[in-house]
Amino acid sequence: MRSIVLTKGVPDFSEGAVSFDEDGHLERGKTPTVMNPNDEFAVQAALQTKVRHGGHVSGMSMGPPGYAEVLEEAMESVYLDDSYLLSDRELAASDTWATAITLNAGLETYQEQVAEIDLVFAGFKTADGETGQTGPQTCWGMDWPIVTHVIALDVDSEERRLRAKRLVEGDVDEIETVEAPLPCFVVTDPEFEPTYRKASHRLTHKQLRAETQERAANHEEHLTTWDHVDLNLDPDYIGLDGSPTIVSSVDPIPKAPSEREATMIDPGEDDMGEVLEEMHPFAAGGDAGTGAGD
Amino acid sequence: MSTDTADREHYEAVVVGCGPGGAAAAARLAEHGVETLVLERGTEAGSKNVSGGLIYAEDSAPYTIDDLFDGFREEAAERPVTDYRIHNVAGNSVKTYDLRDLHEHDTDWCEAVLRRRMDSWLEQRVHEKTSETGGGVLTNVRVNGLLREDGEIVGVTCDELDPIGADLIVAADGVNSELARDAGLMDWEEPEEWFQGVKAVVDMDPAVIDDRFDLGEDEGAAHLFSGDLFEDVRGGGFLYTNEDSLSIGTVFHLDSLVEQQAEPHQLLDALLTHPMMARWLGDEYAEREYAAKLVPDSKKVAHPEPYQDRLVLVGDAAGQMQAQGPIIKGMNHAVTAGALAADAFAVTRGNADPEAAGRRYAKLLEDSGTMDKLRPRRYELARAVGERETVTNAVERVLDSPVGRVALGNPISNRLLERAYNSPFLVSMLPDTRTGYVTVPSIIGEQHGRTIQWETDIEPPTLEERIGELTYDTDVGNPHIELEDESFDASGAAVYACPVSAEDFGGGCYRSEEVTHNGSEETVVSLDTQPCVECGTCAIVADTTWEHPRGGKGVEYREG
Ligand SMILES: Cc1cc2nc3c(=O)[nH]c(=O)nc-3n(C[C@H](O)[C@H](O)[C@H](O)COP(=O)(O)OP(=O)(O)OC[C@H]3O[C@@H](n4cnc5c(N)ncnc54)[C@H](O)[C@@H]3O)c2cc1C
Ligand code: SF4
Repeated sequence: MRSIVLTKGVPDFSEGAVSFDEDGHLERGKTPTVMNPNDEFAVQAALQTKVRHGGHVSGMSMGPPGYAEVLEEAMESVYLDDSYLLSDRELAASDTWATAITLNAGLETYQEQVAEIDLVFAGFKTADGETGQTGPQTCWGMDWPIVTHVIALDVDSEERRLRAKRLVEGDVDEIETVEAPLPCFVVTDPEFEPTYRKASHRLTHKQLRAETQERAANHEEHLTTWDHVDLNLDPDYIGLDGSPTIVSSVDPIPKAPSEREATMIDPGEDDMGEVLEEMHPFAAGGDAGTGAGD
Repeated sequence: MSTDTADREHYEAVVVGCGPGGAAAAARLAEHGVETLVLERGTEAGSKNVSGGLIYAEDSAPYTIDDLFDGFREEAAERPVTDYRIHNVAGNSVKTYDLRDLHEHDTDWCEAVLRRRMDSWLEQRVHEKTSETGGGVLTNVRVNGLLREDGEIVGVTCDELDPIGADLIVAADGVNSELARDAGLMDWEEPEEWFQGVKAVVDMDPAVIDDRFDLGEDEGAAHLFSGDLFEDVRGGGFLYTNEDSLSIGTVFHLDSLVEQQAEPHQLLDALLTHPMMARWLGDEYAEREYAAKLVPDSKKVAHPEPYQDRLVLVGDAAGQMQAQGPIIKGMNHAVTAGALAADAFAVTRGNADPEAAGRRYAKLLEDSGTMDKLRPRRYELARAVGERETVTNAVERVLDSPVGRVALGNPISNRLLERAYNSPFLVSMLPDTRTGYVTVPSIIGEQHGRTIQWETDIEPPTLEERIGELTYDTDVGNPHIELEDESFDASGAAVYACPVSAEDFGGGCYRSEEVTHNGSEETVVSLDTQPCVECGTCAIVADTTWEHPRGGKGVEYREG
């Protein structure tokens, strides 16, 4: 089983880490890069597949050289065997379309130079883009089946099929089970939960963790960087030039001011009338007397 | 979840628990080339465990822990014990005897240990060894019962994993073994079959320890306490030196705690604040951890045939915890038993009779002399008269009379007494009555003792502070203990005996309150398991449905 996990670095939006300039533009240089939080689920799905069926998992990311850290983070958490960074000045400022073209080229190059791929895992939406398009667009280029909103996964490596539970339209209340042949593209949902109910799986998991610690400590040795030449990409179709989307500006969303008012009422039994009276002006449609009691 | 036999996992051996008993069994099984899976409910081995603790390597034992684990003494233990004394206390008067002879009898070496450090070290070694034969150690997994097929035990069931089949199941799950109970081999009924141990780990700089205990390099001290320090509660106290801390604790007969309605934390405090402690504790007292656990009394409960089908019990799970007079030996016997169980399996491997290994194991326990240490025949004989209330009362009256006091108090008896204490033979015959624990030591203290003039300013933490310092991962909405009968008659004893509850304390596990029921006042008991340290006491003294929490949940000891 050969899997690729697509991960992306995003600005660390956690409190205190993110930094904007005076005009409200995100200061990428000053904001640390972390793995896109939703990729965590893709990474977990890839790990579960590796633990259950063995094989090799490579991480792949497109971005500036600093994204190597993100791959290193993924290596530690998902026990990646190696990682591939698609990085080049020409690739800067790509939108989802140009990113998909590049990732596509990454996957093609991987198949040509490294090995045939069985599964590609991607997270649902990135924390900075929120479009949810890159995964499906990349897959479209590969002409493979895609299963999205995956919350549970089982692979039959002999039959070369996967069976997945997915949320229909991303709705938590409706779950369907689908099957697809390999190779296949899997987009995980944030509801994805890996399960390890076999002792042998947990032992493998533990062993992988021990092995990876060493590998992650020497991450550069397991990292391959490909530029647009390696990827055989025309500069006109990638990076800013290849991106039809134009972002005009980013507005921080102002915090809603709090406008709450509290009145203390001693809740004696006879005073409920008083409470209702106080609430009356706020009750939509008038009659405060017919409230929760009905 | 599929429980089909077809895709059920199977290991040659499954060992439940990674304390000394489980670790020894697993290591020895791996040495025999047996595919061995070890399941431990703590986040790390040792995170659930407490002992005093002195681990002994007996000359006469077929296995000691350093036989099985190279480097144990250097890497997993605290200090070797080179100084060993008992203090007989009567009020502020204390008479100390050197117990080195008793301590060194049949002892190759003895080390003080802290269980988190010791057991987590063992876990690593066990994982290395068992990985080589196709198994390994898994933590955060709680075994919740025995897997049976046509009424025969064939494996285990877990909270976190699908059922697992095995040719050998080693229950090394400690005191309150759910597996021993499930098999019907042990019950949790009688308080007189148990002790309750309570312990504080006190922070202290190594140089200060050396100075206050007059120790050189590679030296350590063990002090035991008995007498009227704990009023009429039968039991005693201990103080052991670690590398950079002290272990100070008490071990009491559970029935005596219940009878006297004693509060375990107050008994510990009585020891900590006794003036004789001042010279060791100084006036700065920093408690790192408060802990408690039940201890089985092997004299009464060590199972002579600790097996059923493919299941064998080792260590505390089989009641193999020897306490006689001042000696507490549980860890070493768990190690011996674990290794013997592994050997028994190795020689009967492939035998069609599922009980072949168990029978062989029981025989090895017997032949190696282990069983006779656990249930000495001479104790059985002595006990027949010694523990009968009328005899105790008569002896007590004599001892308490001027004649008795003179007998115990004259200078010759002082020498004899020191010799008697140091006699393993006499000590193993001491009946478990207040005569041995309270009356004799306090008369000795009174008649021969020196009055301690030191003052102590130590203020041990309150129960609330002690609970506050502990680490818990609470399984919210899924309490592991349920109170079956909330009447005070059925469950009231837990309000006192629970080491994290107290009569006037609302933040503990057990509370009692007055309620009006049909016009009449009634005292009822309520339970909140959040501060529970999983000691097992209320499984015995209250009417409960008692289980351990799920894997990784509940209290996490850092010292143990
Ligand atoms: C205060 C005190 C002082 C003591 N002093 C001494 C002393 O000085 N010397 C001495 O030799 N002994 C002493 N003992 C006794 C000693 O601690 C025990 O006899 C010894 O720990 C028994 O070892 P064991 O391997 O049988 O069980 P344990 O050490 O209790 O190990 C059992 C293991 O099983 C795990 N487990 C339990 N249930 C499950 C489950 N369902 N699923 C998975 N895992 C499970 C536990 O987490 C634990 O790791 C003392 C005990 C106490 C409480
Ligand atoms: S609730 Fe029961 S098991 Fe928990 S600490 Fe109290 S007595 Fe021990």
